[in-house]
Amino acid sequence: MIAAPSTIPAGGAITTQLLEISIGPQHPSTHGVFRMDVVLDGEVVRALKPVVGYLHRNHEQLAEKMSWLGSMPYTDRLDYFNSMSNNWAYALAVEKLAGIKVPERAEYIRVIMAELSRLQNHASAIGFLLQDCGAWGTPLLYAFKEREKILDFFETVSGSRMMCNYFRFGGVRVDLNDEMLAMARKIVAEFPKFLDEFEKLMTTNEVVLARCQRVGILPKELAIAGSISGPVARASGVEYDIRKVDKYGVYGQLEFGVPVGAVGDVYDRYYIRVLEMRESVKILQQVLRDIPAGPVQAVEVKLRGFKIPAGDGYGRVEGAKGELGFYLVSEGGPKPYRYHIRPPSFINLTVLEDMCVGHKVADAIIILGSIDIVLGEVDR
Amino acid sequence: MIDEGLKSELQKQGVFVVSTEWLYNWGRKSSIWPLQFGLACCAIEMIAAAAARYDLARFGAEVFRATPRQADLMIVAGTVTKKMAPQVVRLFNQMPEPKYVIAMGACAISGGPFKDGYNVLKGVDRYIPVDVHIPGCPPRPEALLHAIITLQEKITGQHIDQTRWYDATATTEFPIPVCGEHDLLPAANPEVWQPPKDYRDVTNEESTKKS
Amino acid sequence: MIPTSEQLCAAVPGAVIEIVPSTPAAAQPAMLVDREHLVAVARYLKNEPSCQLDFCSCVTGVDYLAKGFIEIVYHLYSVALKHGPVVLKVRAPRELNQCHVPSLTTVWRGCEFQEREAFDLYGVKFDGHPDLRRILMWNEFTDHPMRKDYVPPADYEWEPTPHDEVLKRTKAAGGIMPPSAAVEVKK
Repeated sequence: MIAAPSTIPAGGAITTQLLEISIGPQHPSTHGVFRMDVVLDGEVVRALKPVVGYLHRNHEQLAEKMSWLGSMPYTDRLDYFNSMSNNWAYALAVEKLAGIKVPERAEYIRVIMAELSRLQNHASAIGFLLQDCGAWGTPLLYAFKEREKILDFFETVSGSRMMCNYFRFGGVRVDLNDEMLAMARKIVAEFPKFLDEFEKLMTTNEVVLARCQRVGILPKELAIAGSISGPVARASGVEYDIRKVDKYGVYGQLEFGVPVGAVGDVYDRYYIRVLEMRESVKILQQVLRDIPAGPVQAVEVKLRGFKIPAGDGYGRVEGAKGELGFYLVSEGGPKPYRYHIRPPSFINLTVLEDMCVGHKVADAIIILGSIDIVLGEVDR
Repeated sequence: MIDEGLKSELQKQGVFVVSTEWLYNWGRKSSIWPLQFGLACCAIEMIAAAAARYDLARFGAEVFRATPRQADLMIVAGTVTKKMAPQVVRLFNQMPEPKYVIAMGACAISGGPFKDGYNVLKGVDRYIPVDVHIPGCPPRPEALLHAIITLQEKITGQHIDQTRWYDATATTEFPIPVCGEHDLLPAANPEVWQPPKDYRDVTNEESTKKS
Repeated sequence: MIPTSEQLCAAVPGAVIEIVPSTPAAAQPAMLVDREHLVAVARYLKNEPSCQLDFCSCVTGVDYLAKGFIEIVYHLYSVALKHGPVVLKVRAPRELNQCHVPSLTTVWRGCEFQEREAFDLYGVKFDGHPDLRRILMWNEFTDHPMRKDYVPPADYEWEPTPHDEVLKRTKAAGGIMPPSAAVEVKK
């Protein structure tokens, strides 16, 4: 569709028309069924409207029709890279509403699972980002090689590679034995080697620097006003990590840093993820060293006939993509009356247009890649 | 038909005697190019299947094409929503014959865990013909490899003179549903899909046959 | 520091604020604000230096069918002072022509998509929203599917469901029936 003509002031000779194109929903670089309606002046983006909903699977309505625990496997399918963190967000919200206390060993196991998910999520995210930059295959294959090791661990523990369904209200489903802990320690011990290798290839790579630096800058004020969370906000200099602020689980007892970016461009969003992986490795080393013995499930929580007193409440965790929250309304029955998800990747898309306008259309692709969206979570 | 003993004797001398049909099918089955097209969670397992550990390239199917014009196979990897269904059918129409469809995962087969959703299509086979179904939520990469092998077997068994794409009267374009005010219109393509028969229908048919 | 409802009423003259309790364990009491003063209360909460609620985390629509209203819930946090959540609630009647509340997108940019989602799924009109269109469903869609009285289309999945019930529902809604649709549906 061709919109009103516009003239280019500089040079003056060529008259061009604005061109409106639709990128997606089937496009190799939109990370799923995402669509952008882009208005182009030559190659320069003048306006960009995200169009979502192509994967709207009605999770919220389905959850209102089933028991509290019945929604747990569905949370796996929200952000399908991070089923463990999603489980945690939902379990945490329910525990907050019902006032359940989680045994200490279970809290440690939860941290292990969430941080391992973060490792494989960030590794894949920067793999996909570099793929969008034009490094076809190589970084992604390296990331997926590492991801497979972590998925093997998840499979050993929960029985499934991707859809783990591992958390329960008041704990986790099964305990980790010594063999599994040894497996986790091995993964954590080897991970920095992968990071070093990856960084050697990418961090100071000339093409990566040329493509990513000073592209898609998100100012700090806009990041806060636009409710941006997670690595995207921290890359813009927002020092806010829910693990530090809420101190949920055992994060209050662990030592780790919160890396914060200075510029807020695509490169910062790439590098912040590398740094966060290094911090996650530190966290994992501490919890794998200190994990106490004991039960992994609060005994007072009933698996069947589970009910929550009437009322509402909001619980949130620092997921790999940002603040993942659940707002739940209970009427005292076996089902939630309202079940709402605060999806970080959906809300992080709010400022996509602001970041892309004025850049080339090829840059819009890597800006989108640097936000790290997963459509299961965007559309739910 | 050539004698098997003679055939193997000739092969030892470097002379391969095969039928045109065998050669034709062998060429097609060994280089199935899938459409690079992921819908949901299953797409990640599809990527994992193409990555180093599972290595889809061993089966000649690693060349993911970003355009339907160059693709032979559509792997419907994930939940097809009603908002997405017209695009899926359009992509399938844009693929040149011969073309195949693998429905990967419970959602693509029947809506899976999301089948009660108002925006979820209850199986992609309501609009396009499916060749191989893979159950699982999501299916493991090995299951996708198995589906590719199954499809290769299917291709090997096809006869040139009976294939759909050389039949002038056969349908190659499938009607694209329209997004209506409450639902997709039509809700299914009756040429491709019919609701399963009721058990009473089957009993009635059997009793009429007997009498 | 989070202001009490008395302080808020003093700061925004005319505002009617009611405290709604959460579950006892969650301890996140909400402030139910009247529609006319919502934007003023929100601005005050954002700009007052002692609370600085600069981060609107979550916007939720809830349909209370029996009580006859739709509630929009805002969860606010402060990035600057690292406290929260403060929960704001506002109610609107369920009738589609009266179901509108003022938009807070002008106060917090992050409400934009979430308010569009509440409009799409609940039919709540946000006055003053810059771009109020459907976001998850397609544009031609006319229903608001998350409302509790929404009737889904008759396109049921057949196999693992009991045939009698599905047949009955499909027939009632005029959906696709099996080839020999003359089957008498058991009552």
